[in-house]
Amino acid sequence: MSKFQFPESIMSRPVYGTLEPRLGHAHLFVADAEGAEAILDLAKKDPGLMSSAHIIFIPRATGETYVEQLKALRPAQFYSGPSYEAALPRLRRVFSDASMGLQVYLSGTEGLMGQAQSEAMQAGIAPAAIQTEHRGSVARRMQCVHCKGITEDVMTDPFVCSHCGLNLFVRDHYSRRLAAYQGVCIDAEDPGNVPDPVELYS
Amino acid sequence: MTIQFNDETFRDDYTFRNSDWAVKRFPFPFHEDSYMYSVNMEQHRGGPEGSVYEKRFDVDEHYVSEMKDRAIVLADDPLRCQSLPHMTLAGWDLLELIMVSKSEDYPDLFELHRDGNTWRWINKPLGIDDTFTFLDETTLPFGPMEYITRQSQGDFAVLDQRDDMLWMDAGMVTTQADWSLDFDIGMNFFEWHAPVPKAHEMGIFKRALKFLLNIQQGAPARRLNWTMTVNPLLDTSPENYHKWGIQKTGLTAENIGQKQFLRVELQTFYRLPRSNALAFPIRCYLIAFEDIVSVPKWGRRLHRVIRDLPEELATYKGFIDNRPKMLDYLSQYDDGLPTSPGVWPDLDTEPALSK
Repeated sequence: MSKFQFPESIMSRPVYGTLEPRLGHAHLFVADAEGAEAILDLAKKDPGLMSSAHIIFIPRATGETYVEQLKALRPAQFYSGPSYEAALPRLRRVFSDASMGLQVYLSGTEGLMGQAQSEAMQAGIAPAAIQTEHRGSVARRMQCVHCKGITEDVMTDPFVCSHCGLNLFVRDHYSRRLAAYQGVCIDAEDPGNVPDPVELYS
Repeated sequence: MTIQFNDETFRDDYTFRNSDWAVKRFPFPFHEDSYMYSVNMEQHRGGPEGSVYEKRFDVDEHYVSEMKDRAIVLADDPLRCQSLPHMTLAGWDLLELIMVSKSEDYPDLFELHRDGNTWRWINKPLGIDDTFTFLDETTLPFGPMEYITRQSQGDFAVLDQRDDMLWMDAGMVTTQADWSLDFDIGMNFFEWHAPVPKAHEMGIFKRALKFLLNIQQGAPARRLNWTMTVNPLLDTSPENYHKWGIQKTGLTAENIGQKQFLRVELQTFYRLPRSNALAFPIRCYLIAFEDIVSVPKWGRRLHRVIRDLPEELATYKGFIDNRPKMLDYLSQYDDGLPTSPGVWPDLDTEPALSK
């Protein structure tokens, strides 16, 4: 199973649901890795929806596992790309065309969903038209509060900022604008005293 | 009275000092011998003469030096001042509120001359004399919020109001109790308060939000909040925590009276007329422990509050490790006598320390 039940947390931490088919004249799916499974599950509930669907998929480590299955849903448009950054110009183009009635379905990792959601909101898509479903890795996208650099796919607490090299602890405080959790120096009051990294949620 | 402005620093050599005048008017935040969260709102309609509550925007002896410190912070990190694009009108509202209030409340220090939209602003302590066109950004050296808050003590959050919610959509934040505007900008009221322990479960934020959404023009409100800071460091930012955090470990029995500061925020809330945004000034006052205990009532009370504060709050406020040292020091100033109700020093009626 790729579904993970996140523990209860503070109010800035996003909560994710299960994608449900909705009425709309256009349906945009953005997914990475195991997020494909959420699309496949939704298509079983409402196969007709795919004729007006656009799927933007970033396979990451899943390679070809889901690509043919997604294509077999016969979406109106299908794109598979090497990274979120590579897909971003396309995503922005789609959002710039969006009109009322566009439904947005995000699935996969928190980093992917968060960034696509932030993009959608900047484009003026109503929050009520955006659904999310977490699948796959529980890694976090972290912003270093000190140097502002983003470290992707953080799996341990603490971790080393990939930009400034400080040892950061992983907070649950989350910015939707940045699509990132906050990382804060763990040894500021006792330099060098850095606990061994522990895998998140372990 | 004419204010004598101190030439002092809030970093490096830390020459910040409170005069006797500043000590006696300090906004001591504890009205009784214990503390727990509450929606402790009251109307902001003046207060006793000379108190920090008297004027709409209190100006004190630290004004000029605090503004120098702010300029240093902004030069180092411009992200401490941000305004989302839809908040410019609220920035003008805030500029008007502060200019009108200060020129009326301190006519010897500030002057505002308005001829239609042509405004002349004179700020004597900072040596500013600018003429600009109200609502025309091109006529000011900064955006309106940044321009006026570079001349006003305290941090400023400007909250947009929509969908029965407040949104942290603009701010000038350089004297904060360890929160990041750059991270929190764009968040709603519940999101930016998310890290605060206990208060959500107690329903504090739901009630506070309901109150704040209903603040009307001309009827501002205020409350106090507090924490602890080692050294008179205004800029206790998360951004620089890896630099200042180590200072928290420098307390000794000998220096704690001079180095440990009670940090109090006078928070006020104003409805803004054109934008319907809420201005949320957060004014920081610092006082050394040795100055607090010079007021017998405050010394007794602070000892009891810190001693009995739930561990979770002492942790959240960042002084759990230093609490034993604080209590060793403060207990010398608690003789067990009862204290009078309310926040005021009551120097003429409270007994001197008897131990």
